[in-house]
Amino acid sequence: MYRIVKKQDLAPTIKKFEIQAPLIAKKAKPGQFVVIRIDEKGERIPLTLVDASPERGTITIAALEAGKTTKKLNSMKEGDYIANIAGPLGNPAEIAHYGTVACVGGGVGIACIYPEVKAFKKAGNYVISILGARTKEGLILKEEIKEFSDELYVATDDGSEGFHGFVHLLLKKLIEEGKRFDLVVAVGPVPMMKAVAETTKPYGIKTIVSLNPIMVDGTGMCGCCRVEVGGKTKFACVDGPEFDAHQVDFDLLMARNRRFIEEERLALKKFEESCACGR
Amino acid sequence: MAKVRETKVPMPEQPPEERIKNFKEVPLGYTPEMAMEEAKRCLQCKPRKGKEFPPCVEGCPVNVNIPEFIKAIKEGRFDDAIKIIKDKNSLPAITGRVCPYENQCEGNCTLGKKHEPVGIGRLERFAADYERAKGFTIPEKPKPNGKKVAIIGSGPAGLTAAADLAKKGYDVTVFEALHEPGGVLVYGIPEFRLPKEIVRAEVEYIKALGVKILTDVVVGKTITLEELLNEYDAIFVSTGAGLPNFMNIPGENLNGIYSANEFLTRLNLMRAYQFPEYDTPIKVGNKVAVIGGGNVAMDCARWARRLGKEVYIVYRRTEAEMPARKEEIEHAKEEGIKFLLLTAPIRYIGDEKGWVKQMECIKFELGEPDASGRRRPVPIKGSEFIMDIDTVVVAIGQSPNPLVPQTTPKLKTTKWGTIEVDEELRTSVERVWAGGDIVRGDSTVILAMGDGRKASLSIDKYLSSPDRKWEFKGKAELKDKN
Ligand SMILES: Cc1cc2nc3c(=O)[nH]c(=O)nc-3n(C[C@H](O)[C@H](O)[C@H](O)COP(=O)(O)OP(=O)(O)OC[C@H]3O[C@@H](n4cnc5c(N)ncnc54)[C@H](O)[C@@H]3O)c2cc1C
Ligand SMILES: Cc1cc2nc3c(=O)[nH]c(=O)nc-3n(C[C@H](O)[C@H](O)[C@H](O)COP(=O)(O)OP(=O)(O)OC[C@H]3O[C@@H](n4cnc5c(N)ncnc54)[C@H](O)[C@@H]3O)c2cc1C
Ligand code: SF4
Ligand code: FES
Repeated sequence: MYRIVKKQDLAPTIKKFEIQAPLIAKKAKPGQFVVIRIDEKGERIPLTLVDASPERGTITIAALEAGKTTKKLNSMKEGDYIANIAGPLGNPAEIAHYGTVACVGGGVGIACIYPEVKAFKKAGNYVISILGARTKEGLILKEEIKEFSDELYVATDDGSEGFHGFVHLLLKKLIEEGKRFDLVVAVGPVPMMKAVAETTKPYGIKTIVSLNPIMVDGTGMCGCCRVEVGGKTKFACVDGPEFDAHQVDFDLLMARNRRFIEEERLALKKFEESCACGR
Repeated sequence: MAKVRETKVPMPEQPPEERIKNFKEVPLGYTPEMAMEEAKRCLQCKPRKGKEFPPCVEGCPVNVNIPEFIKAIKEGRFDDAIKIIKDKNSLPAITGRVCPYENQCEGNCTLGKKHEPVGIGRLERFAADYERAKGFTIPEKPKPNGKKVAIIGSGPAGLTAAADLAKKGYDVTVFEALHEPGGVLVYGIPEFRLPKEIVRAEVEYIKALGVKILTDVVVGKTITLEELLNEYDAIFVSTGAGLPNFMNIPGENLNGIYSANEFLTRLNLMRAYQFPEYDTPIKVGNKVAVIGGGNVAMDCARWARRLGKEVYIVYRRTEAEMPARKEEIEHAKEEGIKFLLLTAPIRYIGDEKGWVKQMECIKFELGEPDASGRRRPVPIKGSEFIMDIDTVVVAIGQSPNPLVPQTTPKLKTTKWGTIEVDEELRTSVERVWAGGDIVRGDSTVILAMGDGRKASLSIDKYLSSPDRKWEFKGKAELKDKN
């Protein structure tokens, strides 16, 4: 059992949790994730490690309400317990000195990119953070990311703050204006990562994305998380989750992520009917 | 002496029409009367010439004293029967359901030469169920000896080693990656073959012996083997063979194609058959192909059948070469599962949304025997055909779990990825033992259990010796027996 010690609203549908998990806190590295199961009847879902404090013995995760499990998680309170958390899983991000690094975060992916912003900065890179969201409420952790960024740019789909349009278009604009990037790292919804990959490819900029296929165990045991990279099948949970964006078959990933869409709708409907939160 | 019955006392079973509509166990078990009746059939054989044990005991990988426990059942001394079994086999309620008796004890039974062998498996199950119904008696806790042992993986190998060492006074901690202990017993073998309640009862018993079980710990990630060595006097690695194999043919990543592990884990561990009460979904279409001919394939096919579908086993040799247990093949057939033999897929074809809709197969004929002694399947040119299918389960075997070896560079492995051990299951790393599927590749519950016992003896010997000298004798050929 893992106790929620702190909960914070980042946006209307994104919550951040600091959770007691001392063993994981000691080992967590940027780019890694945990698999959580809220209770006896719960599903196992992967969530990125946003932060970790070995001293306090805690880890931090952030969840966007996508369906039943994330909605239920986000309705939990400080002092509540999560039944299971396993991790840190996946390979850590390859943090090194590259030169100028663009850290691109979309939606809840902004929270996922935060530890990498920090780590790339610490490794001596010139870090340019580029954040995108639907509206300005979705531009989460802006101040925290700014602290570790040499430059910060934001984009919103509705133009309520910063660049009006998708985040890959902002990236393209920066490249066209003459910014040179030695590495681009992008985390966010699959269409956004695909668009970033297509944006950087003609310029030959090395680009890394963090893939988010459906998972079960997260330890390489089931093959549910298979993705194709460079024409080869990989298990994202143990071979990734980060891969060379220019080699990833994003369309396959999108199709595979729709595998259980009817069941997910049913689960969400039942949850909302039974949920006393009255929404 | 009255003439012996020629056939086993029948065990009541759920009829096929009924059981495919539920998820409950198929065979229902003997009553005390039936068990005593069956026990009467035993001839109480003596060892054959030059052998140490009676024939059935020779056939048992852990040498349970079979004639003695059968005699106890015959005389109505059920408590004695279970004591005799447990002297050698710590998980009889489980092995009494899943052991391949036909190749082991029953395959060697004298009576089996002329008639049906004694129903040893059924009797073992009876004795174990009798004990569980009564409630386990927890042996008195021995005095702690102050030595700490870590066990990695909570399958039958790990659980057996844990129980044996705890009974000797060791302070034992089991580390398990998943959220529930049991290994394949909880995530692989279906409810209708091994009710999870039985595995849970065994785990509770082991905890009552003082064993600590820490779930959600992925050794190699959450903590490394080397770190554990600083804290524990000895380590037993029993992480199993949990890496699913695929065929690497075109279209294998289409929607609707599962590995056996994913299919079974969703259903057994995550209880997708109770969706939406439980959150994890599974999607099974109308025409399911299960690729493979082993126990795992039968389990997947029988699960699919219970979800109400037309199900095919697709296997590239014939029924005679199938590695699955006879009983499981029979059960599958009774349940209406169709067998497409001498056939294998070569490619999957998807629809516009990325779901599998067809598979192209090729036919085989049997050629010369291969290394395993089974006749090698040879593809027949021009025999390709296409069949409509909307769900596929790939059940062509598992490989050893690579996590611990990958994160422990000094641990020697074979070219198949199994951990190298000597006759006492010692590895190339001092104070580390290994056993079960991580050493044997795919094997059986009883062999994994036997390894757990053997490792516990070696660990005890080493930790009790005054000089604690580590001797890794180099890789030994593991026999089927312990
Ligand atoms: C490595 C990795 C890191 C991730 N990090 C984060 C994070 O930090 N914050 C965050 O909000 N989300 C993250 N996700 C996505 C998150 O796991 C899914 O949003 C979540 O599982 C949805 O579950 P649900 O029951 O709420 O929604 P559902 O209604 O079940 O699903 C909504 C959508 O989420 C995806 N999904 C469903 N089940 C799973 C599953 N078991 N595993 C993965 N994806 C699934 C599917 O595409 C689905 O259509 C990450 C995913 C991966 C693989
Ligand atoms: C579907 C199926 C049906 C079968 N049917 C039969 C049958 O009828 N009869 C029979 O005799 N045998 C059967 N077998 C084979 C039998 O189940 C195995 O041989 C046996 O379970 C092996 O035991 P084990 O203890 O070595 O490993 P496992 O049972 O595989 O357990 C290993 C455990 O280690 C854990 N683990 C792995 N890596 C780590 C890590 N890094 N850190 C922490 N924990 C870890 C795993 O999560 C797992 O719980 C079947 C197998 C399958 C898959
Ligand atoms: S071989 Fe068969 S008949 Fe003989 S002792 Fe064993 S179980 Fe009884
Ligand atoms: S989630 Fe099971 S193998 Fe990756």
